[in-house]
Amino acid sequence: MARSLNRSRRHFLQHLSAGAAWAMPAAHFLSTLQSEAAELQKNQKSVILLWMGGGPATIDLWDLKPGSITGGPFTPINTSGDMQICEHLPKMAQQMHQMSIIRSMSTREADHTRGRYYMHTGFVPNPSVEHPSYGAVVAHQLEQTRENLEIPPFVSVGGNSAGPGFLGLAYAPFIVDSNGGIRDLETQTSAERWQARMQFLNQLESQFIRQQRGMAAGEHKKIIEKTNRLLTSPQMDAFQVSKESKKVQSTYGNTAFGRGCLMARRLVEAGVPFVEVDLGGWDTHNDNFNRLQTKLPEMDQAMAALVADLADRQLLDNVALLWMGEFGRTPRINGNTGRDHWARSWSAVVGGAGFNRGIAVGKTNTDGTEVETAPYASEDLMATVLQSIGISLETRFTSANGRPMKIAGGGRPIRELLA
Amino acid sequence: MPQSNQKKWPVAVPCWRQASGWRTALPFTVGSARKTNVFVLLILTVGFYATLSIAADENIDPGAEKENPILHIDHLLRTNWEENEVVPSPLATEGEWCRRVFLDIVGRIPTIDELDAFVKDKSSEKKVQLVDRLLSASYADSYTRNWENLWTTILIGRSGGTERNSRTNRQGMQIYLQEAFAENRPYDQMVQELISAQGISRLPSDAKDAEKFNGAVNFLAMKLGNDPNDADYGTQAAAKTSRIFLGLRVQCTQCHDHPFNRWKQNQFWELNAFFRQTVALRRFEGGRNIAFIELANQDFQGPTSEPEEAEIFYDKRNGVRMAAYPVFTDRSGATTELSRSGFLEDVDRRGELAKLLRQSGYLPVALVNRYWDHFFGYGFTQPFDDMGPHNAPSHPDLLEYLSQQFVASGYNLKQLIRWITLSESYALSSRFGIKNKIDDPSTGNPPLFSRFYPRQMRAEQLYDSLLTATRADKTGSSSVQQNEKRTKWLRQFVIAFGTDENDEASTFNGTIPQVLALFNGDLVRQATSTADGSFLEEVSQNTEINTRQKLNQLFRAALARNATAEERQWANKAFTESGAVTVALQDVWWVLLNTNEFILNH
Repeated sequence: MARSLNRSRRHFLQHLSAGAAWAMPAAHFLSTLQSEAAELQKNQKSVILLWMGGGPATIDLWDLKPGSITGGPFTPINTSGDMQICEHLPKMAQQMHQMSIIRSMSTREADHTRGRYYMHTGFVPNPSVEHPSYGAVVAHQLEQTRENLEIPPFVSVGGNSAGPGFLGLAYAPFIVDSNGGIRDLETQTSAERWQARMQFLNQLESQFIRQQRGMAAGEHKKIIEKTNRLLTSPQMDAFQVSKESKKVQSTYGNTAFGRGCLMARRLVEAGVPFVEVDLGGWDTHNDNFNRLQTKLPEMDQAMAALVADLADRQLLDNVALLWMGEFGRTPRINGNTGRDHWARSWSAVVGGAGFNRGIAVGKTNTDGTEVETAPYASEDLMATVLQSIGISLETRFTSANGRPMKIAGGGRPIRELLA
Repeated sequence: MPQSNQKKWPVAVPCWRQASGWRTALPFTVGSARKTNVFVLLILTVGFYATLSIAADENIDPGAEKENPILHIDHLLRTNWEENEVVPSPLATEGEWCRRVFLDIVGRIPTIDELDAFVKDKSSEKKVQLVDRLLSASYADSYTRNWENLWTTILIGRSGGTERNSRTNRQGMQIYLQEAFAENRPYDQMVQELISAQGISRLPSDAKDAEKFNGAVNFLAMKLGNDPNDADYGTQAAAKTSRIFLGLRVQCTQCHDHPFNRWKQNQFWELNAFFRQTVALRRFEGGRNIAFIELANQDFQGPTSEPEEAEIFYDKRNGVRMAAYPVFTDRSGATTELSRSGFLEDVDRRGELAKLLRQSGYLPVALVNRYWDHFFGYGFTQPFDDMGPHNAPSHPDLLEYLSQQFVASGYNLKQLIRWITLSESYALSSRFGIKNKIDDPSTGNPPLFSRFYPRQMRAEQLYDSLLTATRADKTGSSSVQQNEKRTKWLRQFVIAFGTDENDEASTFNGTIPQVLALFNGDLVRQATSTADGSFLEEVSQNTEINTRQKLNQLFRAALARNATAEERQWANKAFTESGAVTVALQDVWWVLLNTNEFILNH
């Protein structure tokens, strides 16, 4: 019964979407897609961003300073790559040949809200422009290569992301929880009735838009259309982590982050170009080391499982992995055995796709307070990630007030990662 | 940098001339007026202020004012339009205006009866009368609930008090705000109460402790802790106090001088020092979860245990350690230093701060900017709580004038609402005119307020609108139960980021989850029910009106207008297969609730 409903509904909706009834009037923003479009079509590229909300103490994870007074109690261990990482990341240590660490991140935003915005968009917050985040940019650039994608092109597992800015609500993150729960998917109306309602709705919405009252009316109509496509798509299965075998599920771990990472793999397999998985709780102003010890196994297991799984399924070459938070944490240990916000020298991690893997880029000094080599900012990292999946850095957007905006904030790609 | 081809858009480069042009908003600093006519108005207003009684209830006496600030607001805006060579859009329709005013003042759309009463009224004073009625005892419940909601979110966030073991008691906060808005308490008094509050955070079950309850403590309860000697103590208290009440975002000056506004790192810590005599003590009642908080003042020793000179320390970026004592820097640049003693008997730091804020030149300006943003969708600065030389206001004269009037009124919030909603600008259509196409702030241009800017309803407004439209608020369940249902429904849209800044986001922002909730969610399912006693059943079984009139009822209930002939045709065509009229009406009603025209306040 359910299947026939689906089929008839999809049949109607295909008719609807083929017609001009759903065509949007030309929006006043546009981007210039270069000849990259054909290239991108060949191998479907994706990005998975592992977002460490709160600002993780990267000096204790990826760039340990065991000799220094403020180095803390963790010891570094060898990895399958060229560098050493924290002893509490043993599973990742076996995957580091697929990853690279950028130890020379140096940014200036050490406030959560500003830091989150800056690391997600490559731009510092600005009152007159709302910049698009990673997910929106990637979704926007790659959606031409995913014509059959019926689920949103930008998914945020956990919801700690940033918005689409001037690219419009169509590229807003679709937020789900790690259990794949998406509310209110059941329509409980017959296909015929649904189609009749959609027809009337479309007419009313178009009419209101014709009254020229600004952008909001048109944005709404676009989202209605997207939601409709989603409702009937079998691709929604990609969100159901429980459909994986028990064995695979247990490799990722029975944690929210584990399930989130597994969902990310399923989503990129289904063709979603950008998935962000959130792991919060890194804001360790107190009791840094105990809290990290409790936390790291969850991250270690899930992240390592994801890398290995992507490699096993021949997906890793087409998926860029990015691990980072708003900023790092102070080399100094405060009175509560914690570390505070620190943006001057910290680490981010990348992997997969076109990156050079298994290396550490950049160095900090002996106590980790300064970057000794060329420092890299958010826009440089963003440029590097985009280039690793073949998105041209010549791309220009036009923001809502007609201002040309460089993709990735005009950052320069990190040579060592892409040569 | 905002780009603009506007002549009058102030450049956002530090404009020290402009900065020094900030005057205190108090009317009796005679040298502050820049234009003669404003000066004259000021004298007149002050004069009449002296004759007004500051009512403790919500009654405003519009007749007592000889000089009408609304006219001056209109004048200032009109002057600005002329300077920018724009012609305002025509007036909004009566239905549009009525719907707008209901949404913005009482947080829901008008019922069919309320709309019809307004539209049919032939009086030339009907707009004034409607606004006055919405601000009167007739709408006291809706008014109070709407503004309590807004301010609870402002003060403690949508998720404040909802996590396990939260220090804040959300209900306690709401009780305080409900009382304040019910009696139209002067805003400056509210601010003083919120800053200086002492007592326990929740209504005790035991009557004997009832007097210790002070809902106002819930503002600071989650922003303070147990140990005032912690280096980081009270940073949220200082940052949020500054942002909410002074309109200054100073969070980053915790660690360094602000990159582009005037605030310096020492000022942050001098403000923070005011909170060091206060602790938020956790109280338990057998069990591991916090039962309530007691916000209390106590002597402060300082980290070096010298309470006569109780300093706090902070580190500059270069590592140098600095000391700070309580100093308040006001909008004019004037500073007030307190005694350095940490003993309460020498100086009550928080009490003094409360007084200083109450008299501060920032206070009315920040509030006026916030309320303007509420009613118009944009303040005079974007964001409205990030004011300063780096973010010059679009209409400095108007902001200044309105702030002064607000002070003169005794910080009367309902009075301010009245002036704003009866202004010419607020009555304009959201449609573009022929000569104001540039007035589109969503594209980054500065707002000129020559048209209304459509914006989406908030989740609370949607909920309340659906409830009243379908008369589901009369179902008979208690108001406590209704409130719980409402809170539960609203919570699905909140994502808390779990950082030390308590920031959060709402997914009720025009994206897919919101559309799904309106397509298939419980709320809309209830609102579109055809069960016995339901709104749809009532409309559909009404034998006194024909089908066309029934359709119009639905349109008026949702969109505050009748259906056009073309829309009738569309509806007929779409729903001919439906059979029973009730089913067709259900379809129409469902569609109406899902349109852009419904969800937008336009």
